[in-house]
Amino acid sequence: MQLVINGLVIGSIIAITAIGLSMIYKTLNFVNFAHGDFVAFAAYIALFANTSGMHLASAFLVAILATIVLGVFMEKVVWHPMRRKNASRTTLIIISIGLALVLRNILIFIWGGSTRNYNIPVRRGFEFFGATITPNQVLVIIAAFILVFALHCLLSRTKIGKSIRALSDNIDLARISGIDVDRVILWTWVIGLGLAAAGGVLYGLVTAIRPDMGWYLLLPMFAAVILGGIGNPYGTIAGGIIIGLSQELSTAVLPTEYKFAVSFVVMTLVLLLKPEGIFGGAK
Amino acid sequence: MGAKVNILEVRDLVTGYTDLNILHGISIHIKSGEIVSIIGPNGSGKSTLMKAIFGLLRPRGGAIVFKDHDITGVKPDAVVRLGMSYVPQEKEFFPSLTILENLEMGAFIRDDDISDSLERIYAIFPALKEKGHIRAGALSGGEQRMVGIGRALMLSPDLLLLDEPSAGLAPVMRDMVFEKITEVNRAGTSILIVEQNARRSLGISDRGYVLETGVNRFEGRGLELLENEDVLRLYLGG
Repeated sequence: MQLVINGLVIGSIIAITAIGLSMIYKTLNFVNFAHGDFVAFAAYIALFANTSGMHLASAFLVAILATIVLGVFMEKVVWHPMRRKNASRTTLIIISIGLALVLRNILIFIWGGSTRNYNIPVRRGFEFFGATITPNQVLVIIAAFILVFALHCLLSRTKIGKSIRALSDNIDLARISGIDVDRVILWTWVIGLGLAAAGGVLYGLVTAIRPDMGWYLLLPMFAAVILGGIGNPYGTIAGGIIIGLSQELSTAVLPTEYKFAVSFVVMTLVLLLKPEGIFGGAK
Repeated sequence: MGAKVNILEVRDLVTGYTDLNILHGISIHIKSGEIVSIIGPNGSGKSTLMKAIFGLLRPRGGAIVFKDHDITGVKPDAVVRLGMSYVPQEKEFFPSLTILENLEMGAFIRDDDISDSLERIYAIFPALKEKGHIRAGALSGGEQRMVGIGRALMLSPDLLLLDEPSAGLAPVMRDMVFEKITEVNRAGTSILIVEQNARRSLGISDRGYVLETGVNRFEGRGLELLENEDVLRLYLGG
């Protein structure tokens, strides 16, 4: 039971952070290797705001805002100009790896490489069917649930949400329909990185904040994306929960060090058996 | 007929991909209210011509004039605003969006109530109304084609470009598509069709052009082209 709770918590974080990775992958046709470092960036901004005396809830919002600003800036100065030059997919991936390294080293330069924690009171967990669940874990699950619900409303009810899905389906047809493609791509970054930032701040509640926390989250996120079908946000959410649960449950039989390998194994199995993802991502 | 104005005029158009030119000086025109077919073998540049007209491909020479606006090299969203729509060959719909959402995307540039447009599309394709909340990817090929054409008609375009509208459909669905094309035309939309199925396409057209490797080869009234021996021999397998 303890492992199920831990799995759900980490799974929720993987789910909400991976949605942006999935949407950008499908829409712009490249894997953004810097995505994980945006997650870490958000956690550090929240840490900075929090340790400077701000309440964690306000720090949460500040971190999301700062991450979105950074992401929009990168779209304007890097990704958009590179697309105009018809940069190949490989070029974009290599740039994103470079960006990941730069971001991480900036975090190390400013805050050092050691682990940090938010300045919040440590509260006792409570008993739940023989397992201990901490208030922070409850907070993570509730926040993730609210974010997923908000995302669902946005994608299915609003014009901008529908056009984000249209772009990820068929960007050429979106252009032909008269959709302002560049503007919708910007919104895709805003929402994808906003969720990644929210996930990063929440991640800091249940784990120590380190510069490489996002980088190590990239592999499970990527596994969730593949599992859910690239570009399918709902599949990614389910994929994230499955990866989180399988990682934690594996520690019952395997040493803890192997838990990241589990997401690799799950991802490889899915790619072999059902390459389009178990939830049949948009083709 | 002779008094009608040209809604679209393409003069000496040169364009292509990378270093290679596909079109070497194509000239066509469409008069207001006409259905015009472009036929020709694979690789003659039919689809390339469509893309260049719609601004998806930059012209390297020549001019494109639509309703007295020079649209040479103008981007697709601006072309849409001027009253032209385009149904590309294949992938003409958004698979993970519902039918209704597909149609809404067709009217993206409108910020007001679009229910009048929806009603108009449902009048043409009643089947789309009943299934409005089904994902387009789950529909049959014929229904997907209706979604694609319906999306393009959402803004009541003055000119509709159709790239291979009957490709990959069962015979009964092909009949339906050509029937609907005539219906849309009668309601006032001029139409430019690119088709492999030249007989059917010329059969409903006022005029036709035959392209061969990026140049005009023949031009004539739809039925006349069907009787031209050279056209028959070269492109219609007759």
